[in-house]
Amino acid sequence: MQLTVLLIILALLTVIGYQMGRSRAVASVGGRIVELHSVPSYHGFYVALWAGLPALLLFAFWGASEGWLVMQMVLSGLPDRLVNGDAQSLGLLRADILNLAHGVATGREPDPEVVAAAERYLRLHALGDWSLLVIGCCVAIGGLLYARGRIDPDLRARNRVERTVNIALVICSLVAILTTIGIVLSLLFEAIRFFAVVNPLEFLFGTHWSPQMAMRADQVGSSGSFGAIPLFAGTLLITGIAMAVAVPVGLMAAIFMSEYASPGLRTWLKPILEVLAGIPTVVYGFFAALTMAPFVRDVGNSLGLSVSSESALAAGFVMGVMIIPFVSSLSDDVINAVPQSLRDGSYGLGATKSETIRLVVLPAALPGIVAAVMLAVSRAIGETMIVTMAAGLTANLTANPLDAVTTVTTQIATLLVGDQEFDSPKTLSAFGLGLVLFVVTLTLNMVALRVVQKYREKYD
Amino acid sequence: MTDLVEQDTRAMSVAVTKSRYQSEEFSARLRRRYAAERRFRIAGMLAVGIASLMLVVLLGSIVSKGYTAFWQAQIRLEVTLDKQQVEERNYTALVRQALYAQVPAATDRATRRSLNDLLSSGAPYELEAMVNANPSLVGTTQTVWVRADDEIDQFMKGFIRRDVPESERRLNDVKIAAIDALVANGSIRSTFNTTLFTAGDSREPEQAGILGAVVGSALTLVVTMLLSVPIGIAAAVYLEEFAPKNRWTDLIEVNINNLAAVPSIIFGLLGLAVFLGFFGLPRSAPLVGGLVMALMTLPVIIIASRVALKAVPPSIREAALGVGASPLQTVTHHVLPLALPGILTGTIIGMARALGETAPLLMIGMVAFIVDIPGGLTDSATAIPVQIYMWADSPERAFTERTSAAILILLAFLILMNGLAVFLRKKFERRW
Repeated sequence: MQLTVLLIILALLTVIGYQMGRSRAVASVGGRIVELHSVPSYHGFYVALWAGLPALLLFAFWGASEGWLVMQMVLSGLPDRLVNGDAQSLGLLRADILNLAHGVATGREPDPEVVAAAERYLRLHALGDWSLLVIGCCVAIGGLLYARGRIDPDLRARNRVERTVNIALVICSLVAILTTIGIVLSLLFEAIRFFAVVNPLEFLFGTHWSPQMAMRADQVGSSGSFGAIPLFAGTLLITGIAMAVAVPVGLMAAIFMSEYASPGLRTWLKPILEVLAGIPTVVYGFFAALTMAPFVRDVGNSLGLSVSSESALAAGFVMGVMIIPFVSSLSDDVINAVPQSLRDGSYGLGATKSETIRLVVLPAALPGIVAAVMLAVSRAIGETMIVTMAAGLTANLTANPLDAVTTVTTQIATLLVGDQEFDSPKTLSAFGLGLVLFVVTLTLNMVALRVVQKYREKYD
Repeated sequence: MTDLVEQDTRAMSVAVTKSRYQSEEFSARLRRRYAAERRFRIAGMLAVGIASLMLVVLLGSIVSKGYTAFWQAQIRLEVTLDKQQVEERNYTALVRQALYAQVPAATDRATRRSLNDLLSSGAPYELEAMVNANPSLVGTTQTVWVRADDEIDQFMKGFIRRDVPESERRLNDVKIAAIDALVANGSIRSTFNTTLFTAGDSREPEQAGILGAVVGSALTLVVTMLLSVPIGIAAAVYLEEFAPKNRWTDLIEVNINNLAAVPSIIFGLLGLAVFLGFFGLPRSAPLVGGLVMALMTLPVIIIASRVALKAVPPSIREAALGVGASPLQTVTHHVLPLALPGILTGTIIGMARALGETAPLLMIGMVAFIVDIPGGLTDSATAIPVQIYMWADSPERAFTERTSAAILILLAFLILMNGLAVFLRKKFERRW
């Protein structure tokens, strides 16, 4: 509540600051704007930045550290018998305080000390919010007054404003790098914790996947087994089926649209493929599970084959359909990039259109097509919803497309959905799988980009 | 192809003497080549045909499964709102008595018990809400239409067949007889299913709605947009207009391209480890969903914006710089306004993708069963695609129907967004 008020006040102050800076700059030269170093609006922006930016930084800093700070203060006030536990019980205590403070039922009779701590947490929280409101306003008004006092015909307002904006632009472009670092670090940290329990070699080369961990040590299968080969095999099988559908259909569709189709037909066909690309994957998953899988099963049964109701074939086929537009639009670009002179040369020698395409255009476009297929493969490997909904959960080491198989992404999704403790090997194994998935798709993308870079514009 | 044939016949008529063009061998080869040409062309058409066919089958199967969800069976009751019963809040009894009155044939306990199943378990609450809204109704007899149970609804829509043996049917003969009696005296009707648009999730299909998911998706998208659009455009402006060509900017470029191809579930893992684990943000919240989606759509927006910026001809920049504008003024006053339609198109497409994305939201717990409509960014919420995923898992036939309906609603939103993008592209398309 206070935070919203603060943001509104800040927005108001920046607007006021802009107007103030502007009018003061104009007044300082008595209306002869030419005498100003910068245009009046830059003086306005200068004051607005001073009013808004320091307070906003304070706000961001507070937002990132508030929860931790308040919790530390609350914990330091608790008696030793509660706080002097190991990391796990401390985490539990924190969660209890938070749950009580937010009114979430924990299902347990809370300790009176914890109840008091929750109240203190709420009190400190409210105090913190109010002080942030007051301090934030003070900082903003202070900044505004400071900048207003500095307005002067000689003030290099434009340079200062532009430097600030430039810094902001650089920071924005660094977000992509930060995201990558965040992905790598979060995957690595959790995966290292996982590999401390499970031998990486066993994980990468074991052939038995059953991540169930027992609650008690004496239960059957208490250790769990983390051999990921069946998952990799299942992923490869489904990816293979998807590629067998997507590459020929996508490539031929691209060839037809760029070489044969009339412009009128093209304007109709392109949107159809675009619609296919725009359908959310969960819809494909629903289609695969409810329409395609029973269809495949019925056809298989009528042919006397035993087909599992969640077959790799159904999931792979639907995934192939999903990837068709991806392959076709990428190949379309590459085929269009092949210079017309090559085609004309081929026609001049008396080749038919299909001969020209097969023997001249496709070889010329091959690097681009290879890159497109690689990107498609990485997309198929990383696709989650279709396989989660239609491919099953049993880790089968099989090459039979009619069996149910499971994939890396399915396992990640099922391991982390639902109520799980977040430090058992079972949940941590999802991060191990995520790391493998990230490395594999990253490698494929890098290779694809390299191929395109290396062979692009060779004919221009 | 036809040109070649003409040339060949002309060549043949000119060369009367026996040449190799007239040989049997040559014409056979020519026929083979033309046949290959035809086959290739047909293969191309087939590929396009398969793609279009799959689209038709996909949409057809979803529409045919889903359109019935927009209707819902209701049962008419003549409820006498007895004062004492109302004070005891015994609405269940009131509703049941009214139902027994509708089917006079049902007298024994077993029949009456199966009659109870005809009504939605939410029917007493509907009645209660009605009385609470208008207390003067107490003591009168009112005609009310309440929702029927989902199985009755499915029976009325013809999905539960009457001709299968009773043991394999979801409805026993007694219930079917009761339904027939109700139909005979006009006490069952089919109305527009408003619940679907006004309610949150529920375990009972007839009480389940999509509104909670729609609000959750909207909140998530707002966070995504507020974060990814300004940051994305700023990053694109920097990289395209200001950045020096060096190792750092190359690294940023490679990074953005890679991020665009990272599987979405990895972003979910990032959100789980960083936003939930490290920063301690609440689970299932649109805030976290929006953060994750923002990181995911950022590369899409940056790439699209860079393409749009690149399309602005350098002469415009040079003209602006020539009259004394600073580089930043050149960009903000001249380049950005011209590139804005292209940027907007890319942004809308990125948002459409974020709207349809499911996997990262599963990772950060937006898959929880939530009945309430979320009111803020940190409330527990779900999103439309996740709702679809959850309903698709439910065994009831009525949920299949509602899943398809939810998909139709989602697709409608997506078509709207993509249509807007196409419209903007067409409207602002300009050639220099």
